Amino acid sequence: MAERLAPRRGEWIDRNRPLEFSFEGKKHTGFAGDTISSALWVSGRRLLGRSFKYHRPRGIFSFADHDVNVMVQDRSLLNIRADVTPLEEGQKLRAVNTVGGLKMDLGQLNNRLARFLPVGFYYKSFHKPAKLFPYYERLIRKAAGLGYVTPDEERRHWGKAYGFADVLVVGAGPSGLAAAAAAGEAGAKVVLVDENARPGGTLTYAEGANGGADGMLADLLRRVEASPNVEYRAETVASAHFEEHWVPLVHREDGMTKMRAGSVVVAGGAMEQPAVFRNNDMPGVMLGSAALRLIHRYAVKPFDKGVVLAANSDAYGVALDLLRAGVEVAAVVDLRQDGEESDLGGAVREAGVRVYTGHCVYEARAAKKGLGVGEAIIAPLDVQNNPIPSRAFEVGCDGISMSVGWAANAALLAQSGCRLGYSEDLHQFVPVELADGIFASGRVNGVYRAEDKVRDGERAGILAARHVGEGKAADVPAEVPRHPGPAPSHPYPVYDHPKGMAFVDLDEDVQLKDIKNSIQEGFDSIALVNRFATLGMGPSQGKHSNTNGIRIVARLMTKTVEETGTITSRPFFHPVPMGVLAGRSFHPARRTPMHRRHEERGAVFMRAGDWFRPEYYATPDRGREDAILDEVRAVRLGVGLIDVGTLGKLEVAGPNALELIERICTGKFAKLKVGMTRYALMTDEAGTITDDGVCARLSDEHFYLTATTSGVDALYREMTRWVKVWGLDAEVTNYSNAFAAMNLAGPLSREVLSSMTDLDLSEDAFPYLGVREGRVAGVPARVMRVGFVGELGYEVHVPADGGLHAWDAITEAGKAVGIRWFGVEAQRRLRLEKGHVIVGQDTDGLTNPWEANMGWAVKLDKPFFIGQRTLKILEKRGQEEEQRGGEDRRLIGQRTQDRKLAGFALVYGGEGPRPKECHLAIEDGEIIGRVTSIAYSEALGKVIGLAFLPADRAVGSCFQIRTDGGALVDAEVVKVPFYDPDNSRQKGGQREVTYQGGKA
Amino acid sequence: MKILNCPINGPRPVQEFVFGGELREMPDPDVATDAEWTDYVYNRNGAPGLRREWWYHLASGTWFVAERDTGTNDVKKTYLYGDEVEHG
Repeated sequence: MAERLAPRRGEWIDRNRPLEFSFEGKKHTGFAGDTISSALWVSGRRLLGRSFKYHRPRGIFSFADHDVNVMVQDRSLLNIRADVTPLEEGQKLRAVNTVGGLKMDLGQLNNRLARFLPVGFYYKSFHKPAKLFPYYERLIRKAAGLGYVTPDEERRHWGKAYGFADVLVVGAGPSGLAAAAAAGEAGAKVVLVDENARPGGTLTYAEGANGGADGMLADLLRRVEASPNVEYRAETVASAHFEEHWVPLVHREDGMTKMRAGSVVVAGGAMEQPAVFRNNDMPGVMLGSAALRLIHRYAVKPFDKGVVLAANSDAYGVALDLLRAGVEVAAVVDLRQDGEESDLGGAVREAGVRVYTGHCVYEARAAKKGLGVGEAIIAPLDVQNNPIPSRAFEVGCDGISMSVGWAANAALLAQSGCRLGYSEDLHQFVPVELADGIFASGRVNGVYRAEDKVRDGERAGILAARHVGEGKAADVPAEVPRHPGPAPSHPYPVYDHPKGMAFVDLDEDVQLKDIKNSIQEGFDSIALVNRFATLGMGPSQGKHSNTNGIRIVARLMTKTVEETGTITSRPFFHPVPMGVLAGRSFHPARRTPMHRRHEERGAVFMRAGDWFRPEYYATPDRGREDAILDEVRAVRLGVGLIDVGTLGKLEVAGPNALELIERICTGKFAKLKVGMTRYALMTDEAGTITDDGVCARLSDEHFYLTATTSGVDALYREMTRWVKVWGLDAEVTNYSNAFAAMNLAGPLSREVLSSMTDLDLSEDAFPYLGVREGRVAGVPARVMRVGFVGELGYEVHVPADGGLHAWDAITEAGKAVGIRWFGVEAQRRLRLEKGHVIVGQDTDGLTNPWEANMGWAVKLDKPFFIGQRTLKILEKRGQEEEQRGGEDRRLIGQRTQDRKLAGFALVYGGEGPRPKECHLAIEDGEIIGRVTSIAYSEALGKVIGLAFLPADRAVGSCFQIRTDGGALVDAEVVKVPFYDPDNSRQKGGQREVTYQGGKA
Repeated sequence: MKILNCPINGPRPVQEFVFGGELREMPDPDVATDAEWTDYVYNRNGAPGLRREWWYHLASGTWFVAERDTGTNDVKKTYLYGDEVEHG
């Protein structure tokens, strides 16, 4: 392991806590406080990762959370950014984007093939011939992924929290610290966040440029700590801005805080930008700020002998700091013809460093051995900023630092609706017009000198506090002028080379020539170039490429940067682990009072919305199909019991209760007698079926209305709204959770129930469709005679806390006659045999009542119901067609419909491929409809179902159903109901059983 | 994430609410022509601007009216149906 620099004041590492870890199978040591990259770099490693497309070697580049080619995996944690992720004891790390390991990466063949992989290669190459696409797709998918999913690892759960603040300050550099302190002192509750492990921003590393930074940082931290109003969160990225100052704060360790702030100070600073030249991606080439962070935070020498590429004062600070760290500075290469005129420039020259003004680094060349930089090729620039290769010369070095400019970290500003403009004085985008409650300070605002940044932060902090009504006593601070003197950024640090490999975007290996080619191909706007060349579309989302990309496009299109425009950083502007977004994966679950019993009996549950319902009860030695058929048979021949507690249950009461029901439902209820029920169908204003249920009249002004499990919430909501709109004196109450419900069905159901109720169950006293209130097993109950499954049946509704008792009592009473519990699947088959429609399964978002064979439930001659007017128009259209003799023969006699739910039976006995719901109905090779329900009926000995077919398909006509895999199965339209067409069984008249499946 | 001001429960996060569509007067079904009725059922005004909308607070079952600028997503005021007094 190479030596660290001597201990430095303010360094972030703890030399008393060495940590062991492995990288690509090799053991390494670092210190607590190191990042993975700093620990690897100090050990002498230069190859830390492979690039995305060409698999070129990559090392430390930005060292600021944007080194996306140096992503590693630690067990189940994918795509960790090594440049900022803290080192931990025992980490087992490997690079994510290699084929066969980092050193011998087979993917680097792509580097040799680069000239055969031009821009747009994938778009152009992999769509023809179409039949080969599945093969291409596998290849592309393999190449596209980063990291390895480890399904065996335990799932990591990330937390989610809600946060509230008067003022959110983003960035804890000098201006952010000052803003937080000022806002806190003004009385606002402040949350201050920074993505780094420690606060201070540039004050923690750029000491050459910020003389006396230590004192300034200590002062600011003291002020922030002294304010009880300021809460500081380290390692936290404010990763997006949504309306009303809602900002997701993503924490490195523990998930996300959804922060709602009264106002926001954006003090996110600026991101240093690279120069573009040949091999500017080589390990050893890095941003000046990256070199400084290595030295000051981690006491790591970035390289031994470096060339400093310069276009601003920062570069000279870098040169001085390198010298102090014992790095030989082989040359300072200044892109500017005039060089640096400040004291810093003088200090560098006095130190004896050779400074070349008006020169550029034209190319980096690899060392003879190894993959890092061995020499820099330096070329003079003409007055047009073009390199003169004929006069180029070499300077030996093992590192090149680049300090050529900055880009405002303005994503939050852009997302919040601030307008940004390009300053020709600074050569960067700065806010021109701020959105309401948004304030910017520091480098993002174009303010660069440390003392100016503090003043600018102070100003922004007070304004932000005043925005939330605090700090009224404080004076409104004056604007701080933007950076005076030479611009901190070079207008065009881009140098072409005939051999290419001059990278604009390291994320996805976008070269300068790729942008040129994109424009030649006709992609003539920055947004199109982005997509075609994948510029700024990698994981760093253009943080190091968009600025140069825009400049290049502007120059090639002969436009200004302002005219070329910016690139919108969408939320989240920094990648977020999927687990953080998923959070705790909270799924509400609803269970009926009888749930425990179902579990005990081996119920196999299915979800119905949030509800758990038994699909069937598993029995030993019987498979699913047999168990279901057993349940069906029990209901047909004896008696069965099903939990229907998930049904929607509404009470409608009041003087206008009848009026409300009349207006909501399609049928007539005025003459419904107390003690009787009637089928209730609901449509929307377009006449489409929305729900159905049973309406029971308990008294003149009191109704009990059931609805479907999934539909009741919407129905209840709509009914309460209409009550308000119509000004009706009626109260709707949703009792869906308050009542348990069970359906006792089968020819023996009366016998079972009569033993435990005070109700007279005789046919005369309690006829079909009657409703009675009494007691069942001692529990107050509403009992309805229903026929959904086509047998004599009683639906028993009891208060939820009596549900389990009633269920147990009925089960006990039924034991003597072999009562059997049945699940949802058996119920579906029983009702299918009756041809009863399930709203939402057999109907869709366009089904009108006639299409579902429920015209009988629609009374167009009553005064009004929702959907009536539309259905009248449909009816009229159907009649007109009829009178005209019907150009469209399908409409004749069918009112208005071009499809109809028809019953069908498969022609074969049940062998071969079984069609499923949603399979298509086919006739002469054309699609004519689809299956909505299908199941085997033991009573009929056939596979039966319902399907939407053209309205004119009569009983006896044939069609085919296309099953999974494409096989066609013959089906015949048959009469509905399939079973007991006279409904004599549910009405209680018939007890004799003709049944193919077996005997009672 | 937006905050909506429920006239009964005060400011609450928007996830607690269900959007109920624009508040539109139903034409008299006995008077309206077929074309007028069809227009009412199927056509919506999508142009950005100030709209009166139905919103429903799920947790408490409260229907109310919000006046919202659909261009800026700015809610000007909320009140119970038939009660245009501003609640904040």
